[in-house]
Amino acid sequence: MIKIAQLSCGTEYSSVQYEIEKAARSVGAKVVYPDVSAADINAAVERFGFRPRSPQLKLMIARAIQLADGLYDADAVFITTCFRCAEGALVRNELRRFIQENTRLPVVTYSFTERLKASQLLTRMEALVTIVSRKELLAREKQSGITVGLDSGSSTTKAVVMVDNEIVGKDWTPSGDVIQSATYVLENALAEAGIKLSEVEAMGTTGYGRYSLGKHFKAKLVQEELTVNSKGAVWLADRQHGEATIIDIGGMDNKAITVRDGVPDNFTMGGICAGASGRFLEMTSKRLKIEVTELGELADRGDWRNAKMNSYCSVFGIQDLVTSLGDGKSFEDVAAAACHSVAEQVYEQQLQEIDVRHPIIQVGGTSLISGLVTAVGEVLGEKPIVPPNSQYIGAVGGALLSSGFM
Amino acid sequence: MKVFIDPPNSLVLFDLVERFGHEPLSSMAAIQERIDKLEIDMPPMNVTIDDVIKGLKYAGIEVPSGVRGRLALWGPLIDEAEAAIIMDDAPFAFGCVGCERTQSMVKYLLKRRGIPVLHVEYPDTDDEAKNFVIQAKEFLEGLK
Repeated sequence: MIKIAQLSCGTEYSSVQYEIEKAARSVGAKVVYPDVSAADINAAVERFGFRPRSPQLKLMIARAIQLADGLYDADAVFITTCFRCAEGALVRNELRRFIQENTRLPVVTYSFTERLKASQLLTRMEALVTIVSRKELLAREKQSGITVGLDSGSSTTKAVVMVDNEIVGKDWTPSGDVIQSATYVLENALAEAGIKLSEVEAMGTTGYGRYSLGKHFKAKLVQEELTVNSKGAVWLADRQHGEATIIDIGGMDNKAITVRDGVPDNFTMGGICAGASGRFLEMTSKRLKIEVTELGELADRGDWRNAKMNSYCSVFGIQDLVTSLGDGKSFEDVAAAACHSVAEQVYEQQLQEIDVRHPIIQVGGTSLISGLVTAVGEVLGEKPIVPPNSQYIGAVGGALLSSGFM
Repeated sequence: MKVFIDPPNSLVLFDLVERFGHEPLSSMAAIQERIDKLEIDMPPMNVTIDDVIKGLKYAGIEVPSGVRGRLALWGPLIDEAEAAIIMDDAPFAFGCVGCERTQSMVKYLLKRRGIPVLHVEYPDTDDEAKNFVIQAKEFLEGLK
């Protein structure tokens, strides 16, 4: 059984410990707590260098040191503290960095409220387990045979057909009914490839509808999108070796993943605020009465500095947009401000919880909005790589990885 | 050498570092740089929202803005420091950063840098004060 070491403060008193353990159990893992002697805690804190006032944070540090020194055996690390605790947030991030510098264990961090439910942690826990238990599969760099990847996302559903490491068919559609949308894109992708469904040797499903699709199509691989998207991104960008950061600004949530040789070792998933997602850009396009596909080019012609838009919420963001338009700002400037606002929020909300590694690969449907890519580049000080077919990362990852089951 | 002092606004530490031939990295310099600007956007210290966002380099979004704003001032000084003198448990009047969380983070960031650091205790007696100056003198002379 995969052992996930929990380094935490406040979970027992926030009524969430049971939910954490439930999430781990549901993906076949077990939460463990590195043993620490009371006598070692002060020395551990001294060695770490950050001296929190809260004793439970001191215990977290001591537990991390047990892992770093190889004195406690675990396969992955889950670091979590209460939302809005300054001291907790500082320790959480620095411990994440410490674990990454001193071990090869995959890490995920999370700040919780009393509303935390196991389902919110499921994808994160599943990704940790996949990274540990499917190392050989994740090391796969080439697709072989005839395989299909289906990505059932919150906004769009994508299908890709691959034959011997090449994409030969693809299609996408806005997500509706999970099975119907997937069937539609699958048929179109197969038609483009000139391949019959009966000839497909393996299929991989990912995204929110992965379980339903996996059952319906009898997929050989049903996998969360963090690891699948990472594989798809590095394959498409031809960056299978070395380090990279993958940024996927999705319709409902955003992912920032650091990879080493194509395998994720740290990731964050955000989805609390629509103002920092592709959904906000859809809303902006609707208000500007243009297609979302036109937004990027429009934004590239504008200057975000000319229109105020820095709300953390999509509702207030649209209010800012309406105000800017009312003040006579140009559509170009407003479009640029919307893209900049999303990029800035992704930076502020999410990229603080990982150490950005270079190059930066931007993927997902929103990576086709050139103004957003420009904005991400401005905020991060480095132009991201957008590989061809960047919106198909999940489907490509599914097709690539499922070929390992043939 | 560039020596970061902690508390970063301690005039005593500033004077000692300068007296022994080094460049003190202090709040005074960081704030002076801001208030000397022709335009003051955010009085009294001209710490703007851009500074607070820059503080994200040192602490995540969930960390309160006051901590990030402070770290935006002192973080870059810590980044360029070649040595540091830290007075542990200094009383309010000796100088302070005004925030315990920032204080902890400043000490942690200095440790992460791996530069020579002298920890001194706040002196309560004349003898302790003399000893403190001797310790600082030896440390600073050793840096040359």
